[in-house]
Amino acid sequence: MMNENVEQHNAHGGFPWKHVIGLILSLALTLIALWIVVSYSFSTTFTLASIIILAIFQALIQLLFFMHLNESKSRVWQIIAIGFGFFTAATVVVGSLWIMAYSL
Amino acid sequence: MIADIKAFLSDFLVLGDPLIYGADISIVLSMVAIVFVLSYFKKWKWLWKEWLTTIDAKKIGIMYIIAALLMLFRGGIDALLMRSQITFPNEGFLDSQHYNEIFTTHGTIMILFMAMPFIVGMMNVAVPLQIGARDVAFPYLNALSFWLFFVGAMLFNLSFVIGGSPDAGWTSYTPLAGAKLDPGPGENYYLIGLQLAGIGTLATGVNFMATILKMRAPGMTLFKMPMFTWSSLITSLIIVFAFPVLTVALALLTIDRLFGAHFFTIASGGSPMMWANLFWIWGHPEVYIVILPAFGIFSEVISTFSHKKLFGYKAMVWSMVLISALSFVVWLHHFFTMGNTAAVNSVFSISTMAIAIPTGVKIFNWLFTLNKGRIEFSTAMLWALAFIPNFLIGGLTGVMLAIAPADYQYHNSYFLVAHFHSVLIGGTVFGMFAALHYWWPKMFGHVLNEKLGKISFWIFMVSFNICFLPMYFVGLMGMTRRMYTYPEGLGWMPLNVVITIGAFGMGIGFIVMVYNIYWSARYGKRDKTGDPWGGRTLEWATTSPAVEYNFAHIPKVETADAFLHMKEKGTTGQISKAPFKPIHMPNNSGKPFIQAWLMFFAGFGLVFEWYWLAIPAAAATMLVMAFRSFEYHDHHYIPVEEIERTESATGRLN
Repeated sequence: MMNENVEQHNAHGGFPWKHVIGLILSLALTLIALWIVVSYSFSTTFTLASIIILAIFQALIQLLFFMHLNESKSRVWQIIAIGFGFFTAATVVVGSLWIMAYSL
Repeated sequence: MIADIKAFLSDFLVLGDPLIYGADISIVLSMVAIVFVLSYFKKWKWLWKEWLTTIDAKKIGIMYIIAALLMLFRGGIDALLMRSQITFPNEGFLDSQHYNEIFTTHGTIMILFMAMPFIVGMMNVAVPLQIGARDVAFPYLNALSFWLFFVGAMLFNLSFVIGGSPDAGWTSYTPLAGAKLDPGPGENYYLIGLQLAGIGTLATGVNFMATILKMRAPGMTLFKMPMFTWSSLITSLIIVFAFPVLTVALALLTIDRLFGAHFFTIASGGSPMMWANLFWIWGHPEVYIVILPAFGIFSEVISTFSHKKLFGYKAMVWSMVLISALSFVVWLHHFFTMGNTAAVNSVFSISTMAIAIPTGVKIFNWLFTLNKGRIEFSTAMLWALAFIPNFLIGGLTGVMLAIAPADYQYHNSYFLVAHFHSVLIGGTVFGMFAALHYWWPKMFGHVLNEKLGKISFWIFMVSFNICFLPMYFVGLMGMTRRMYTYPEGLGWMPLNVVITIGAFGMGIGFIVMVYNIYWSARYGKRDKTGDPWGGRTLEWATTSPAVEYNFAHIPKVETADAFLHMKEKGTTGQISKAPFKPIHMPNNSGKPFIQAWLMFFAGFGLVFEWYWLAIPAAAATMLVMAFRSFEYHDHHYIPVEEIERTESATGRLN
């Protein structure tokens, strides 16, 4: 088992380009989504589809640029955590749609 | 001009109720007293250096627990006020509005500002020690978590003297909690207070997951971890996946109320039912967040005081894993009667009953741990033993409530109220009291008095049953929750009198416990060994209270019950054995405290829709975070000489 009690170093390696690019990309995606909704220039179907696609890209950017998705040596916790994340997200979305179906 | 000020103050301050004036006076008096004592004894610097800026998990844990006890007092007073009103329903002690406010604050405070900090406090106190670590993975974030919880709780508590309390129930259901039916700052306090505390809790979840997965002592594989650590890991996992739903739901309702959106109003295509749905997607996992750590504590306490290995370790772990997954698929049982289809109700009814299976497995494991054990009836053990039957009553009535057709009869009645108090008090509160007596020496270096402890236990436990067993019956007789008055002749009065006697009895039990804390601090037996109970896990391997760095040498773990194994092998001295190496520790910081209070002012601005306050305070918060990003000197090394001095002062140096 890796023991981080013994050694803990703050790595200060250069300018954090990755974070800056991630920040710009995530801001851009947010603004595009906002513009699509607020401008009212598209059909409802297109609006919904495009903001869902943008949301998926947003999630990927968060995972890759900020959450160190591909930096760990042992992948097993990431797989478990992401698996559980998918489980809860699917439960919340599918469950809510099913529960609220009678009133929609 | 003066008329304007008068008009403003009459809205800003809550006027006209003698109870509130009494509270105003006592708040002012206690603040003056605190300032006077701190100044008279010249303790301001001590307070700042030792407590407000600390990022030591042990001290943060103690602050969480103090806050939780204060909130238990506040929530308890709310409960007694409600009981007094219900016992004499037509005497006009509380009017309906005041009663609504009190049941709202009682529920919110007990769950969010009592149970949660109690649990997180125990995690801070015990988890790093149990896994042989020197602190949590992110100590600075840990301090920020605490202060965010604290300012959230303070903001929420401010409501009853400034602006008025929230009054739509702790579930804050729309449309009742929407801007149209409930204007004014009350519900805003609820939304913003919970938001601040919730962000803190979310960070705690991340922190403890990382701590437990990454900072265990060498040799401690996952299946050699103490059971409380396991329960904290599972709890952290549930926090990380459940709390974002609350964050989003609160934000949406805040946007509805402050900026006129329609997420939860019918008007422009929103849905009030969606609030109930989102609230319980968080709310049901939340009840497992508050019960699983208690399960972990009972496992530790029962094993220690039976002087036996925990029965069915792996079954315990896997049942917790199963509970964590199931906790996300049962939320609809909180609104069976909302009008869903039969298929929806059936599925959630069955998934709810399924939770009884892993929970039952755990109950049997505790019973088999007791079987043929050498049982020692310490106060902590009494709380753990009382938990089993009392929680079982709550659990079984829970299965009754899970039957969707029958729930149409029970729902919103005192039967339900009795059920969730049985599980929350019989489970969480008993668990926290057990933990308080069990880990008190580890926190403060002296044990709590056993005799006073047992007196408070018996008074509280018996009163608890006097209070909540009749409540099931008065519920079956048709009394619904949240009613502030009822006519004569329904036959509810005698049972309500009994319930109220029980409620005041629990208050007396709590007072005895507080007196025990005072008595033991002055005269209690000092714990020189660090191991007052014959402990089995690593927190007992170090001194009581633990030194700043927890362990001079990180212990090497070979088995579960690691400290017991070390005692059997005679290797307990290894932890304090010279030569030492310098120990790397994080620096204290005042930034979490400052940032949290800036967020408090931003929150206060949002509550009153004073954007001239909210916007600058939010900007200042960002500024503190930016400063923190450029802080490079955030750690130090404790030199060998200082470790030697500390270790020889504890008498352990060999």
